[in-house]
Amino acid sequence: MTSLLEPGAATGPRTGRPRRRRVGAGGRRGVPLPLLLPGLLALAFLLLPLLALLVRAPWHSLPEQLSSTEVWQALQLSLVSATAATAVSLVLGVPLAWLLARTQFPGRGFVRALVTLPLVLPPVVGGVALLLALGRNGVIGRWLDAWFGITLPFTTAGVVLAEAFVAMPFLVISVEGTLRAADPRYEEAATTLGASRFTAFRRVTLPLIAPGIAAGAVLAWARALGEFGATITFAGNFPGRTQTMPLAVYLALQNDPDAAIALSLVLLAVSIAVLAGLRDRWMTTS
Amino acid sequence: MKTRSVRRTRRTLQLAGAGAAALMALGACSSSSNSKDSASGAPDAASPKLSGNVTVFAAASLKEGFTTLGKEFEKDHPGTKVSFNFGGSDTLAASITGGAPADVFAAASPKTMAIVTDKKDAAGTPATFVRNQLEIATLPGNPHKVAALKDLTASGLKVVLCDKTVPCGAAAQKALDAAGLKVTPVSYEQDVKAALNKVELKEADAAVVYETDVKSAGGKVEGVEFPESAKAINDYPIVLLKNAPNAAAARAFIALVRSAEGQKVLGEAGFLKP
Repeated sequence: MTSLLEPGAATGPRTGRPRRRRVGAGGRRGVPLPLLLPGLLALAFLLLPLLALLVRAPWHSLPEQLSSTEVWQALQLSLVSATAATAVSLVLGVPLAWLLARTQFPGRGFVRALVTLPLVLPPVVGGVALLLALGRNGVIGRWLDAWFGITLPFTTAGVVLAEAFVAMPFLVISVEGTLRAADPRYEEAATTLGASRFTAFRRVTLPLIAPGIAAGAVLAWARALGEFGATITFAGNFPGRTQTMPLAVYLALQNDPDAAIALSLVLLAVSIAVLAGLRDRWMTTS
Repeated sequence: MKTRSVRRTRRTLQLAGAGAAALMALGACSSSSNSKDSASGAPDAASPKLSGNVTVFAAASLKEGFTTLGKEFEKDHPGTKVSFNFGGSDTLAASITGGAPADVFAAASPKTMAIVTDKKDAAGTPATFVRNQLEIATLPGNPHKVAALKDLTASGLKVVLCDKTVPCGAAAQKALDAAGLKVTPVSYEQDVKAALNKVELKEADAAVVYETDVKSAGGKVEGVEFPESAKAINDYPIVLLKNAPNAAAARAFIALVRSAEGQKVLGEAGFLKP
């Protein structure tokens, strides 16, 4: 029996019983059943629904399903609005992440918690909140309407806002983490050599954290693409203007399941493409 | 040594596979049921011993009336509990045909009921228990002077309609066709309550909804009747579902809905008699 206090006891993975500690083929230890079984179940649980989509897909009618103008309208709108929402998130979110990571101000932890709130908020609640704030009768929207004649609900801009609202936190959290991990001494060195703080950010920090920003942007983009609740609540549903892919899927499911499956396949393909783009981040084999 | 551990891993994998297969088999198993073809909602006062949970899937527009009736039912039969799932009739129909455990389905149109009966998921034939007429919901005080269906075509007026896949949208389309009008809304909402909410929140100027919805909104919206609504009156069918976990109590609930008492409550909510 080894005690936990023995030197080296805490290093390296250990499997419960001594007789299981025999090294097997290829230097790997035997897999304990209590871990293998739930692990495989988890894998099945995550993959089976997606496989079911493929199995039940109306392959023979897929071309005509996907050639309807409504589908392309929805897909085009989805791609454009998700990209625009990502752009909005980048322009506003990266500076926010920098403020959270690099400056000291009272209540910073609280602000950080507020930023992550939309991550856990049900999207429909986000949509209602947006309506109450930016709607025609909203707290701010009322003045937008009175002064500039801008109404956001039921417009493509409204879709972009709803998507940015749920997607921006992903970007902010991701970039902030990268900034915290990045060495601040490079920026400090740049400022001592005469660069202003903004120049240092632009020429030193940004290139340094570019991979983190890219990963955060892809995450935000994927989240925006799949956004349903906030969009339908805030922007409504009008083909070509506010009907994104998830809305089209939901409404197609009502009367034409085959069309809904076909649309889902398109979204699934896009998601897989995004994952493939990120494979060096998450799908490493090492 | 080597072979033993390899064999052990393989055995573990086989076991895991068998376990997963067993679980899937369990999932694929459907609950057996007594599919006695009883006419839906035959009043059976002979079985006063009802208990357990009754799950009712009902169209969004039935919310107020059915909630009242559910409370009444629980009072009449202590030990029972009525749980409601209110939503767009199509969404409900889709989840029922997808195997959702429900006892009763009350739809806002025969067409959405047909989704369930076509899949042989209903026990018996659906019965129409109320009818509902369309109305225009406008802002309180009717600032845009909406007086008829054709006023909805005015430019600059923000109108919301239900999506054509849901009964209120199909009915609105029917009424518009009957009047020979073409209305371009700002949004096709996913159910009637969503359409009503947009007017309640003053985000839209008008919505074509049911009379019952205008009633339920209290003073938040103003109702405008229009003659074309007579061409698009919706029948509401109700049916006992084949795989009902609690068929006895479900029958009693349907009986209550169709009784004079139930009709009175639904009439107060703005529904018309079948």
